[in-house]
Amino acid sequence: MAQATFQIFRGDSKGGALQTYTTDVGEGMVALDCVHQIQAESAPDLAVRWNCKAGKCGSCSAEVNGRPRLLCMTRMADLPEGEPVRIEPMHTFPLLRDLVTDVSWNYGVKKKIAKFAPRKPDAADGSWRMQQEDIDRVQEFRKCIECYLCQDVCHVLRDHAKHDEFAGPRFFVYTAALEMHPIDTGDRIDAVKDEQNIGYCNITKCCTTVCPEGITITDNAIIPLKERVADKHYDPLLWLARKLGIGDGETGAGA
Amino acid sequence: MTETQSLDYDVLVVGAGGAGLRAAIEAAAAGVRVGLVCKSLLGKAHTVMAEGGVAAALAHVDDRDSWRVHFADTMRGGQYVNHPRMAELHAQEAPERVRELETWGALFDRTKDGRILQRNFGGHRYPRLAHVGDRTGLEMIRTLQDHGIHQGIEVHMEVTVVDLLKDGDRIAGCVAYDRDRGRLRVFRAGAVVLATGGIGRAFRITSNSWEYTGDGQSLAYHAGADLLDMEFVQFHPTGMVWPPSVRGILVTEGVRGEGGVLRNSDGKRFMFADIPDNYRGQTADNEEEGWRYCQGDKDARRPPELLTRDHVARCIMREVKAGRGSPHGGVFLDIAWIKARVPNGADHIRRKLPSMYHQFKELAGIDITAVPMEVGPTTHYVMGGIRVDPDTQMSTVAGLFAAGECAAGLHGANRLGGNSLSDLIVFGKRAGEHAARFARENPAPPVDGAQVAAAQQRVLAPFERSVQGENAYAVQHALQDTMQDLVGIVRNEDEMAEALRQIDALKVRADNVGVGGHREYNPGWHTAIDLRNLLTVSEAVTRAALLRRESRGGHFRDDFPDKDKHWGGVNLAIRKGEDGGMVVEERPVVAMTEAQQAIIAEMA
Amino acid sequence: MATTAVPTDRLRFGRPAGFAQTARRDAWWIEPVLTLVGLGSFVVYATWAALQGKFYYIGNLLSPFYSPEIWGPSPHAMFGPQPAWLPWPSFLPFSAAILVLAIPGNFRLTCYYYRGAYYKAFWADPPACGVGEPARGSYLGERTLPLVMQNVHRYFLYGAILVWFFLVHDVWKAVWFLQADGTEALGLSVGGVVLAVNVVLLWFYCTGCHSLRHLIGGRLKVFSKHPMQHMAWKVVTWLNCRHKLFAWCSLFSVGFSDIYVRLCAMGVWHDLRLFMI
Repeated sequence: MAQATFQIFRGDSKGGALQTYTTDVGEGMVALDCVHQIQAESAPDLAVRWNCKAGKCGSCSAEVNGRPRLLCMTRMADLPEGEPVRIEPMHTFPLLRDLVTDVSWNYGVKKKIAKFAPRKPDAADGSWRMQQEDIDRVQEFRKCIECYLCQDVCHVLRDHAKHDEFAGPRFFVYTAALEMHPIDTGDRIDAVKDEQNIGYCNITKCCTTVCPEGITITDNAIIPLKERVADKHYDPLLWLARKLGIGDGETGAGA
Repeated sequence: MTETQSLDYDVLVVGAGGAGLRAAIEAAAAGVRVGLVCKSLLGKAHTVMAEGGVAAALAHVDDRDSWRVHFADTMRGGQYVNHPRMAELHAQEAPERVRELETWGALFDRTKDGRILQRNFGGHRYPRLAHVGDRTGLEMIRTLQDHGIHQGIEVHMEVTVVDLLKDGDRIAGCVAYDRDRGRLRVFRAGAVVLATGGIGRAFRITSNSWEYTGDGQSLAYHAGADLLDMEFVQFHPTGMVWPPSVRGILVTEGVRGEGGVLRNSDGKRFMFADIPDNYRGQTADNEEEGWRYCQGDKDARRPPELLTRDHVARCIMREVKAGRGSPHGGVFLDIAWIKARVPNGADHIRRKLPSMYHQFKELAGIDITAVPMEVGPTTHYVMGGIRVDPDTQMSTVAGLFAAGECAAGLHGANRLGGNSLSDLIVFGKRAGEHAARFARENPAPPVDGAQVAAAQQRVLAPFERSVQGENAYAVQHALQDTMQDLVGIVRNEDEMAEALRQIDALKVRADNVGVGGHREYNPGWHTAIDLRNLLTVSEAVTRAALLRRESRGGHFRDDFPDKDKHWGGVNLAIRKGEDGGMVVEERPVVAMTEAQQAIIAEMA
Repeated sequence: MATTAVPTDRLRFGRPAGFAQTARRDAWWIEPVLTLVGLGSFVVYATWAALQGKFYYIGNLLSPFYSPEIWGPSPHAMFGPQPAWLPWPSFLPFSAAILVLAIPGNFRLTCYYYRGAYYKAFWADPPACGVGEPARGSYLGERTLPLVMQNVHRYFLYGAILVWFFLVHDVWKAVWFLQADGTEALGLSVGGVVLAVNVVLLWFYCTGCHSLRHLIGGRLKVFSKHPMQHMAWKVVTWLNCRHKLFAWCSLFSVGFSDIYVRLCAMGVWHDLRLFMI
């Protein structure tokens, strides 16, 4: 069993500091285990949010050595040996205590997005027929565990603090899932442009790199939404086609 | 606590997993004011961990399925101590509840003709589990959450309820505190729905997260409601055993449904050696037939790996105790072998079991498409809980409702995989509906200040004892050891009597727990407050298990290893006696109607 | 217990970090620096080469920078030499490249991959993920002018595909060699290989375009009703996953093609013939 040193942020919105702790690291331990061990050994009031401990609920989001990560999915064996491990709360949300931040802003953003609106059932049993290939794209987005690491790393929020105007990667994924849902009838494209302000995104793909579920956020959700916005607002030929009533009725552009 | 916030609702739902969310949605649809309290953030409840699927007799994959078969399967799985009316309602209403999820945006995996795909699972005669890969629970909770936030429900996140308030014999609300600031909140409500889930944290090895400290069961018990069937705790046969830090985390039954097999250190598929008589007729007697079953062959019988969870768990324990276990004290669960049978086997496994692949890769550094997993039993689910009326889900306290894992009755002595998610939505809906009706007919009574003061005093006491008091974590760990070692998968009289003595001693220690620091997000304090609940449910489990002198379903005693006719006819109810002590009483099992008996006879 | 001061303002909502401030310990600066050097040298070279107006062809080889050559002195010119009516600034030599290079150039400039890459490398906005930005006034993103113009990417895609067909034609011309008797014979030289490889890489780059992925099928809500578009979408998706790779490979190949032709034309080396049929 080896000893590891941790620098863990302790403090609240009034201020704080990195505090140094050492603890034994056993085989197979993850960063969250170490935090819990430190809690049990020397810092019973060290605040950390966690739940499933298996990378499925997205509660234990933090920054390990400057990288947004789930503490429960950060294996100690993968961190450089001998160096202190620095654990900080997410930077993009208001700090509550120690490693716990107030992520309630995210819940407010979601609530503003127009909800799922299915078309009328078309099968005899009052349901719908959907092929697997029609839902594959959306199922990728629905893997999201709402850990908000993508929100944390996005510089539009992290550095430019556009929380009032910008929805952030998580909610582009959420909106894309609705827009690509085979039976949804809603049209959220104007909102994507003018309320969620997708234009702030400058495609640095940081969200994609931190996603613990491996969702290809930028390429599969954000850029397709940007293209849908372009269809509707920035494409003169499609504008003309709409005026002339030409189109296949499949997208916002033709509808 | 000077800063006490008072809130007023018609229906207050405690717990925001599948059952709580479904109840809140239904209550809100009835037009009453609904509050929803959850211990963690919205959408993080343990429902997200459910992997395999939601059982509903949609009959999309096998048209021989119907609610009648589902009912019979559930009763047989529960060893006939279930409440037959609950099993019936559940089987009848699950398909509609699942389709309803689709109208709210859920996307289950599809059949070739575009309907909801269903998979095989232990104890279900036909492929019955609607699923989304192996993240069905996440799909369900997200669907309910995303629908629920538009229904006018007020959500209170990271709030823990510490006591229910009563007005005479009926419910009046509850006292709670918010975990982030430590402020007290008093909720006045005409009806309270408990949907707090399980008790897994009473054990050392569990698939449950920190939240599952038996809050609902304990709150109801202390408010005077009956608990039922608490001796029936399900130990899931396949939890991770290595590395130590993830010990207990679930490995979905779906692995076995897709063809995964259990082997001991000799490489033998030991499950073939021990097939119970009542399942012999529908269990494959050779490996080839078992594989064909997993491939969807309707004429094949299920492999013995898909027998009920209690049985598989004990077989694994037996192999380990006989020295035929894996290096870290489990057995081998091998899905990689199917590469010999399926083209692009590794891709197939990754597609069918993405979360499992991910979980082992990330947490154990193991590629399940190449090597077998090591698995062993883990505390997973409590079949028992709050005794409720099958139709309305109201407990024995007027205005207090319960749904989901914290309610008892549906699963009897053993729950079938997939019946939990359907339980949540079927009875969550019923609880919400009837709670709303109750609250409308019986508006919330006034809050009794004395009860609030008592709760406040109890909650803040650990700060007065400060760090000189007992360490809350130490008491919790000691209790977990007691329950794991003495009231675990295999039980007996002497050990459980010893467990009761230890629980009594731990109660004294718990009363002396002290915490230092502040009230803001203080995990030591949270642990201290949860202790009462853990001790209450632990005592209930132990007392009921001690009384039931037979083995049945999740309850196995090596001093009474067989089923017993007398005990097969009774449920054990637990309530708080006049003197404050715990009383356990035998109640006759609710008899099946003639029509229900006819279904059982027909399916036998 | 030791404590280390940490700038807590960084942990507070809405307060930006200082430039290059980060707790990251990896060499986060390598990628933006490589991008800066790679893209920067290409832009410098391409600008220089496009302004030369000479050494861009030899025999059957034409530099892709100068193709299609609408007017110009070479035999590849479609409509002969520079027409008298076409105004041209006196301080610049006439160059066919300037007339066409804007199309593939803007295709790359507005490309989703390059955008993310050069915002980081050239604007430090952000320098890398989770790394502090230099202090500056406001952030506009691609919401307003000028960067809102990035949304016309698809029109540069159409143009780039058109140009690509001319490059294919250039490869065709590059395999026909003028014989002493005045006839043409089929053969292959290193230059032909260079132009052909370039065309293939450019095709993979163009057809992995995010806009194309949307237009060809991604815009649909229900794939199963449009099996052909779904198939096409899957192919484009495969290439799109490798868009960065082909962006760099094709950038290198197009620059190298010009260098190869240029050095042949300048007589630094000769286009080696591999075989004749």
